[in-house]
Amino acid sequence: MKKLKGFIIFLIVAALTWLLLTGTFSRDELLVGGISLVLIAVLFYGYSDLYRGIKITPKIILFYPLYLLVFLKELIKANIDVALRVIKPSLPINPGIVAIKTELKSPLSKLILANSITLTPGTLTVDVKDDTLFIHWIDVKGKDVESATKEISSRFEKILKEIVE
Amino acid sequence: MTILGDIFILIGSLFLFLGSLGIFRMPDVYNRLQAGTKATTMGAMSLILGVGFLNTGFLVKSIVIVLFIVLTNPISSSTIARASHKSGVPLVKKSVVDVCKDNVKKGEV
Amino acid sequence: MILTLSFVLIGLAVLFSLIRLFKGPTVFDRILAADTLAVITTALLVLMSLLFSRVIYMDVALVYVVLGFVGVVVVARYLEGGL
Repeated sequence: MKKLKGFIIFLIVAALTWLLLTGTFSRDELLVGGISLVLIAVLFYGYSDLYRGIKITPKIILFYPLYLLVFLKELIKANIDVALRVIKPSLPINPGIVAIKTELKSPLSKLILANSITLTPGTLTVDVKDDTLFIHWIDVKGKDVESATKEISSRFEKILKEIVE
Repeated sequence: MTILGDIFILIGSLFLFLGSLGIFRMPDVYNRLQAGTKATTMGAMSLILGVGFLNTGFLVKSIVIVLFIVLTNPISSSTIARASHKSGVPLVKKSVVDVCKDNVKKGEV
Repeated sequence: MILTLSFVLIGLAVLFSLIRLFKGPTVFDRILAADTLAVITTALLVLMSLLFSRVIYMDVALVYVVLGFVGVVVVARYLEGGL
């Protein structure tokens, strides 16, 4: 059942990508797209369990835009932060690598979390091992796991929990 | 719409420039990745969206390119960071903590 | 006017990345500089499509960004020893 759900989500994502790339609804394009879509899905879906974790509940209509908004805000903050650090002649950095714990289980949610952390102010994901993420932090504020987790990932994790498992 | 597109293009090229400046100035590869990824992602995003605003025929394609850059750029920088950490590129002397290395020494990971 | 200014800024960005590409103490600095150059080139291709009003440059930019990503990931994985 879960496998079928992932397969259908994979098909929908691939079909949307094809439509955005070609940009037409003409019959020939749709035919070629449909054939290659089914072929790729049947041949390669078995290698990936990425899409199985996506939740489908009424709540996601609210939480996807919310996540996007939080993400964009953090991205702009990150850029202003990095720009200020780069411009200052003294180069104010205080770097280090810290570990944080996450409660997320599925690969997709960890991927989204790691990408979001990379694009937020002063943090860069170096490695992911099970439920531990190693983060390079340009301005270390807390060396132990709890304070680093609170400072870096909690704002994303609260929303991500509602979208993916 | 034209003014908006111009502003977006200007902001984008400014951030591309700042990202390269960061790559040039920062002391070690991890800090360079920090500056490089964030600034170039945002810079390219803003510039390409600006082009989409200026010529609305390109808008759909520019959104596809922006989506792709936002999805892939953090992955490639994470891969570089992981590879350099695994092959033992040291952090800059100023660094305060390296949890990963401590764990390796104790044999926990 | 705006376009001239942004071309000057992007030119400076290419210059700084190239300096890092040639100087870079480790091989990872060089990959990083190459990755940055790929993104900058994508932005330049999109700007060219605006200048010449040809949508084909957008497709070129899309393919370029895909190939740049794949190349960087492959080289990084190879250096890590996981390939």
